[in-house]
Amino acid sequence: MKTLLTGLAVAATMAFSPVQAQDYPDRPVMMMVSYGAGGATDFQARIVTMTAGNEDALGMPIAIVNKPGAGGRVGWNWLATQADSDGYTLGAYNVPHFIAQSIKGGVEYSTDSFEPIANWGADPAVFVVAADSEMNSMQDVVDFATANPGKLTFSGAGLFVGHHIAALQLEKAAGVKMAYIPSNKGGAGAMKSVIAGEVMGGVNNLSDAFRAREAGNVKILGVFDLERNEFMEDVPTMKEQGFDIDNASVNFRGIMVPKGTPQEIIDQLAATVPAMFENGKVAKRMKAGGSPMHIMNREEVLQMWADRQATLEELLAGL
Amino acid sequence: MEFIYHFGDVFQPLSLALLFVGTIGGLILGATPGLSPTMAVALLIPFTFRLEPAQGLILLGAAYTSTVAGGAVSAILLKIPGAPANIATTLDGHTMAKQGRGAEALQLSFLSSAVGGIFGVLLLIFLTPVLAKWALAFGPSHLFWLAILGVTIIGSLDSSSVVKGLLSGCIGMWLATIGFDDIMGAQRFIFHSSLSGGINIIPALIGLFAIPQVLTMFAKGRIPSGTEVIKVQKHPLRKAVKEVSRRTRALGIGTAVGSIIGLIPGVGGQIAGLVAYDQSKKFSPERDKFGKGHSEGLIAAESANNAMVGPSLVPLLTLSVPGSPTAAVLLGGLLIHGIFPGTDLFDNHPEVAWTFINSMLLGQILMCVFGLYIAGLAAKVAQVPQSVMAAVVLGLAVFGSYSVQNSMGDVYVMATLGIMMFFLERFGFAAAPLVLGLILGPIAEANFIQGSMIANATSGSFSYFFGGTLNLVLIAIVLASIAYSVWMELQNRHVTTKEDAMQ
Repeated sequence: MKTLLTGLAVAATMAFSPVQAQDYPDRPVMMMVSYGAGGATDFQARIVTMTAGNEDALGMPIAIVNKPGAGGRVGWNWLATQADSDGYTLGAYNVPHFIAQSIKGGVEYSTDSFEPIANWGADPAVFVVAADSEMNSMQDVVDFATANPGKLTFSGAGLFVGHHIAALQLEKAAGVKMAYIPSNKGGAGAMKSVIAGEVMGGVNNLSDAFRAREAGNVKILGVFDLERNEFMEDVPTMKEQGFDIDNASVNFRGIMVPKGTPQEIIDQLAATVPAMFENGKVAKRMKAGGSPMHIMNREEVLQMWADRQATLEELLAGL
Repeated sequence: MEFIYHFGDVFQPLSLALLFVGTIGGLILGATPGLSPTMAVALLIPFTFRLEPAQGLILLGAAYTSTVAGGAVSAILLKIPGAPANIATTLDGHTMAKQGRGAEALQLSFLSSAVGGIFGVLLLIFLTPVLAKWALAFGPSHLFWLAILGVTIIGSLDSSSVVKGLLSGCIGMWLATIGFDDIMGAQRFIFHSSLSGGINIIPALIGLFAIPQVLTMFAKGRIPSGTEVIKVQKHPLRKAVKEVSRRTRALGIGTAVGSIIGLIPGVGGQIAGLVAYDQSKKFSPERDKFGKGHSEGLIAAESANNAMVGPSLVPLLTLSVPGSPTAAVLLGGLLIHGIFPGTDLFDNHPEVAWTFINSMLLGQILMCVFGLYIAGLAAKVAQVPQSVMAAVVLGLAVFGSYSVQNSMGDVYVMATLGIMMFFLERFGFAAAPLVLGLILGPIAEANFIQGSMIANATSGSFSYFFGGTLNLVLIAIVLASIAYSVWMELQNRHVTTKEDAMQ
């Protein structure tokens, strides 16, 4: 009986594994998004995967499944521990969020739990103040904070997310103490408190700040990125304004799979997915929605994850 | 009057067809336990990819309007509130259904929904610029006092005594602390991985309201037919219209409370119905009848939760800041077509903005018409044998809880809370105050902590929480609400002792 089972198992392995890699995918693929339907990550994930069914992409559609909760921790815990690693379960990642969370602990994942496939977007953090604020540059902000230590209130979307990292970087680079007020209603809640004048400034997503500026509600004082952004060429980077801040807070979004997914499938996805992102239809929709695209292949993402891991470990060490 | 100019767009064949699809689909989705308005709108967004922006928004606007009203169907017939907005509807609505007045309850609920809803959308049309300022006026300290105002009504809500009401509220508030705290970064009471995201309000609602029902039905076993069958009374529409127009006080309070509270970002929809219910109870001479199948309670609750639909979109449409989860989903629906809400929307895409608002206005009317049409049929649910009913409700409860976040964890939470509630009900505790605690806990806590953080960095806690006109007004209302409850309690006691003495 035992030999029969072993025999069957061997036969099954022989019969299925090569076929699986060749014919992958032979049914629709699921992609887990660890934020709610309608949020920026969900919205972008739906756009970039909408051409997956095309012959030149996967040839099978990708279905989005939302598993929101605890700032993304619920979804990523699920992907790391419970998801099938057969190539039919993908996940969307947000860097620096999941890396920062894994450094702070209390979660069941780290960069070693996942294999990146490709990156589709990069949404830098920006510093905003209300349209009627007296502050007109980052120097004004830092001057105020230097004169009134710990009294400059500014909002952001929570703890250990891109906004919080940007806030920490700003305090470190300018050598000042400020009062970071995390919102429990995400970027929208943080933006509302800036517009309503509850706080003096805020860190927010470039795409949301762009919309708020179009509506005449805020001024954008600086971008937490290496270069200026094409959506707002007039806004200088932090470095240009004399603060040594890199792109560690930029919210990178992309696709990954759980560790243990067969290498052939990872290679196949890594080859086709970046091309799928480059589809003209995708680019048009992303631009219309004010979402900056930034396509990176698997090697580039692996490098980016490793860089973030090092930067964030240093930055979060003192907290 | 620009909205009238764009009314024609809604009547194009495709737009009108979408309006019908959205309304009927919305009613069905709304009546399904677990499918909240937010979820229903999110589910429909992919269908708008291929439509023109204005047409896509007609579908979403109509669906939003009718899912809010559709939630009343399951609240009345099954005692499962489809969304937090419908909790207050169960209090009198389900009691009416049990008395065989399901058809009447549904008619009243759809009529008052339409009245409240149309008023809300008219506010959105005419007063948007004024309302936008009001929506921004509420900062952390004001939201904190507003949550405390909510806490003051916990005691008087649907429990056998004030103390038991307050205790259920406390249980709810404790349950609300479970999970990962976004502000301080602490993990609290996470004993099991399905709790790491905290207790989601929808599975909790389903568990607390539906499971005790199911268990009670199962416990009764198979009673020979004939003894327990409820006779469903036919109720002519004429009488329902008359009833709604007679109850102007409840209708007025519901509509006003719904419109005002609906406007406040982040609080609105969840508590509008309950606050309106409580207020109309306090102002009604027939307050003893509340909770025993009284039409005023139903009318206040339903007019409030639909009145909030229009105003809840004000922050999104004017400031580009989504004020509620549903508004956040609608924002996604707009962005996907390259339309930015805010001044850009009204200046550069007036045809989209006004068509969307008009579709909500027409949606309210269509929702009422279809709702009234199905009311008579749906009320027959009460005649389904209890054993069958229990199985169906249990199935819906599991399906509804799972579908919120595609998570079995939520099903476990639903089942656990439900079984707990079954025993609590034996001791005279009620589900409504518990859920209110669950909703208000995070609002009070988050705003208190955020407020304190801002206060410590700036003016100091006392002047931050007790300074300013709006703070003082809210504190005054809180004190008035407490004083009134105490006074009523004392008076009731007096009455009871007198009766006791006479016996």
